[in-house]
Amino acid sequence: MERPAGRVCRLKVNGDVRECALEPHTTLLEALRYGLGLTGSKQGCDKGDCGACTVVVDGQPVLACISLALAFEGRAVTTVEGLARGATPHPLQDAFDVCGGAQCGFCTPGVLMSAWALLERNPRPTRAEIAQALSGNLCRCTGYTKIFEAVELAARRMAAVGESS
Amino acid sequence: MSPRARSGAGKAGDADGMKVPEGRHMPEAERLTPPAWPGGRSAPPSGEFAVIGQRTRKVEGLAKVTGRAVYADDIQLPRMLHGKLLRSVHAHARILEIDASAALALPGVHAVITGRDLPTYYGIIPWTEDEQALCEEKARYVGDAIAAVAADSEYLAEEALRRIRVHYEVLPAVTSIEEALEHPERQVNEKAREGNVSKHVHLEFGDVEARLAAADETVEAEYWYEGSTHAPIEPHCAIGDFDATGFLTVISSTQVAHYLHRDLAKVLDLPTQRVRVIQPVVGGAFGGKSESFSLEFCAAKLSMLTGRPVKILYTREEVFYAHRGRHPMRLHYRTGMRKDGTLTGVDARIQIDGGAYSSFGLVTTYYSGQLLTAPYAMDAYRFDSTRVFTNKPCCGPKRGHGSVQPRVAFECQIVKLAERVGLDPIAVRRKNFIGANARTVNGMRVTSNGFLECLDAVERASDWRAKFRRLPYGRGLGVAGSMYISGTNYCIYPNEMPQSGVQLKLDRSGRATVFCGASDIGQGVDSVLALIVAEELGLDLRDIRVVAADTDLTPVDLGSYSSRETFMVGNACLDAARKLRDVIAAALAERWGCRADQVTLAKGVACSTRDPHKECMSVKDAFQAAEAKSGTLGSVGWYQTPKLGGDYRGGTIGASPAYSFTAHVAEVEGDPETGFVRVVKLWVAHDCGRALSPVAVEGQMEGSAYMGFAEALFEQHDFKPAAVGHGPGIHDGPSLLDYRIPTSLDTPEFESLIVESVDPEGPYGAKEAGEGPLHPSVPAIANAIYDALGIRCDRLPFHPPRVLGLLKEGDARARWEQARRQRDGVAVAAAR
Repeated sequence: MERPAGRVCRLKVNGDVRECALEPHTTLLEALRYGLGLTGSKQGCDKGDCGACTVVVDGQPVLACISLALAFEGRAVTTVEGLARGATPHPLQDAFDVCGGAQCGFCTPGVLMSAWALLERNPRPTRAEIAQALSGNLCRCTGYTKIFEAVELAARRMAAVGESS
Repeated sequence: MSPRARSGAGKAGDADGMKVPEGRHMPEAERLTPPAWPGGRSAPPSGEFAVIGQRTRKVEGLAKVTGRAVYADDIQLPRMLHGKLLRSVHAHARILEIDASAALALPGVHAVITGRDLPTYYGIIPWTEDEQALCEEKARYVGDAIAAVAADSEYLAEEALRRIRVHYEVLPAVTSIEEALEHPERQVNEKAREGNVSKHVHLEFGDVEARLAAADETVEAEYWYEGSTHAPIEPHCAIGDFDATGFLTVISSTQVAHYLHRDLAKVLDLPTQRVRVIQPVVGGAFGGKSESFSLEFCAAKLSMLTGRPVKILYTREEVFYAHRGRHPMRLHYRTGMRKDGTLTGVDARIQIDGGAYSSFGLVTTYYSGQLLTAPYAMDAYRFDSTRVFTNKPCCGPKRGHGSVQPRVAFECQIVKLAERVGLDPIAVRRKNFIGANARTVNGMRVTSNGFLECLDAVERASDWRAKFRRLPYGRGLGVAGSMYISGTNYCIYPNEMPQSGVQLKLDRSGRATVFCGASDIGQGVDSVLALIVAEELGLDLRDIRVVAADTDLTPVDLGSYSSRETFMVGNACLDAARKLRDVIAAALAERWGCRADQVTLAKGVACSTRDPHKECMSVKDAFQAAEAKSGTLGSVGWYQTPKLGGDYRGGTIGASPAYSFTAHVAEVEGDPETGFVRVVKLWVAHDCGRALSPVAVEGQMEGSAYMGFAEALFEQHDFKPAAVGHGPGIHDGPSLLDYRIPTSLDTPEFESLIVESVDPEGPYGAKEAGEGPLHPSVPAIANAIYDALGIRCDRLPFHPPRVLGLLKEGDARARWEQARRQRDGVAVAAAR
């Protein structure tokens, strides 16, 4: 079978510049999961319906499964692996764990990235704003209640740290 | 009750659609009796609970939120190939010839297999083995798997599929219950004894006609429950790896590693002891991963042929074809009530659309009737259920298997009758409460029962008395109740071995490892294991490792289905942990010269209650003292249910060592102009016996209520009729966009109200919480729509076209006003 020529491309992921061989049709999700070993981002539908693959690029949530990797050369991509500071989980991650925001955990990386993008631009969101920001991320386990509570807890904790520092 | 004793059931008969061999009843071997402890199973080991009932984290929680949890598709093995399945484009077609030569000629394509390579039939229920990994003679639905390829990449495997030529002879298809029964000659499944009947059950308890005749009011109505699917966010994925020693490892996103283990050995013709199944972290299942699927057999077979690991990951579209979701059911109910609100008799006729194969269908057919006889007492009860085969993806066990659909009919009937006799819908439920330590009309033993407390809780929290029949037109409240099993009383294949086993290993460093076949699919059973060990041995949760669902490493647990894990795994773990606790207590009692029952282990400290300041040491030192006295520390624990159930054929189906109880109140807002119904809030009260982990229990209650709400208003597993360019039976949108799953914006507010009845046989008194709380969602919403708009939604889903149609059918407003007049307890029966 005739294969289109691939090329080596530089992706900036979680602060690291990583080189990876990409074909023109390689999605950002395939590059992250299978090229760079960043398996935290998940594939739930491979057509942009479920949001499990959500990563953040330049502050905006992006569906990695319907984005071509080559288009992201040189742009700052953040995945769920990039949220923690070293071994310390991000306040959002910790709040999801404390509140039971992750049951099976498969939608969680995508939900966390959408929630992180929200808190970065709106540190004290209302519940309606949280629901709006997460409306592209399907969760089949929680009924969303504990996800909302986790985002609210993280926002409170981050605000408290911000005020005290 | 011994299974030979008379149950007092009236006439009981059962006709099978499938051939059932003799001797299906359990052998008469003595059943294992789990150990009993002073103080029973529900008591805390050291005076008061240290970790049980606390708002603890899940053991794998941080791995999940940091992206470190490893799911099946996250695993890549060296030299791994990728497999893909070719699926039928016809709903019903004979396979005349498959030509794979062009596919095999493609460089990088390593193997192609068809039905002839895996001819052995299998099925989750041993009496209805009617599936092949790849169809050999005939495809039975659009999406039925007929060939598989292994190639260097997924892309290449897809290209190979396009080059396989299949010659079909298209056969007439049946895609509805009516068609299946009208056209027995269009037989979908040759394993059916007759026509398209998959299973027929008829059971009657007491004199139903006499009791219905004695009723003051009788309501007769027909209900339609639409099919729906689980749609876990993780698609099914499996890796087969056959090595040079002839040993097969299958890594799969299954929720029943033990049953998969047996099926793999059978279909691949390998000794069972040369097969290992590993369940990695699973991304949701809800019953949709509770039997073996084509991908597991094909990945294994392709690995055996190529000598390399082979991974198969289903596309989202294929997940819809794998299905095993909620059975569509047509339910015809006649229910009688006396003027004082007492239920007299229930007569149900149920037709079930099973899709192309049996799956759990034998059990589904029984469950459609057997699980309805509590929380309400009734004098007489009859159900006649028929499951049919159709040319559609196979239905199976979705959360609340078989009993969610009839529960809707049952709970709506009660509300209709309550209005006739002029009683409040909550009061009429209290009136018929079966009670604790009761026996149902069909012979099921009920022990703990917190249903009244559930009703009290939702009535209070929803402000029912101030709101029911008092809100303006377009807004209303509805109530419903239910019960569910905490595990089935028997293993799916007959045997007298324990249903759940646990091994526990203590290290002298102060660390414990629990080995158990249990399947955590997000509900938190790994954490249940850790919580129990922590409670019994005084350990920190972080000092316990759970090794689960690996058939080489862990003792058998039957898996995550029928809400059995907390109850059965919990009891097995309690057994193992108490054995080691006794060893430690004996060592310390000898050292301190006190009695063993004076030794406590809690929060990292071992001490005597006699002199806790002098006679104390760390738990780590206590482990070492015990090891020095008794040798290396390890134990096994197990659980087996007592013999239960009615003394009639099918009388054990629905028997469970404990039943959970639930009540919901729904508040809805309906727009009479558009027919759009919005659920404002669902109050969910659930009797889980004891909440070992309240966060997890609330999560199960909210998730269940969400899933019921979704079925009530949104979801439809629907198929297109034949049209120009295609035949019948094409899925009407097998994607997460077209199949309407509620988003964060659609989902209502939930309020979880935990009720703890403390079950005498559950671990620390716990019962199930994962499926029961789904049941009342749909009828509570249906009943709330009636209170809001004066229309009876007897067909699902309650989407705007249906609601609008009902509003136009009759004078909804007049019915609503009539119901309103009942506010002060005035019956409309006389005025009707």
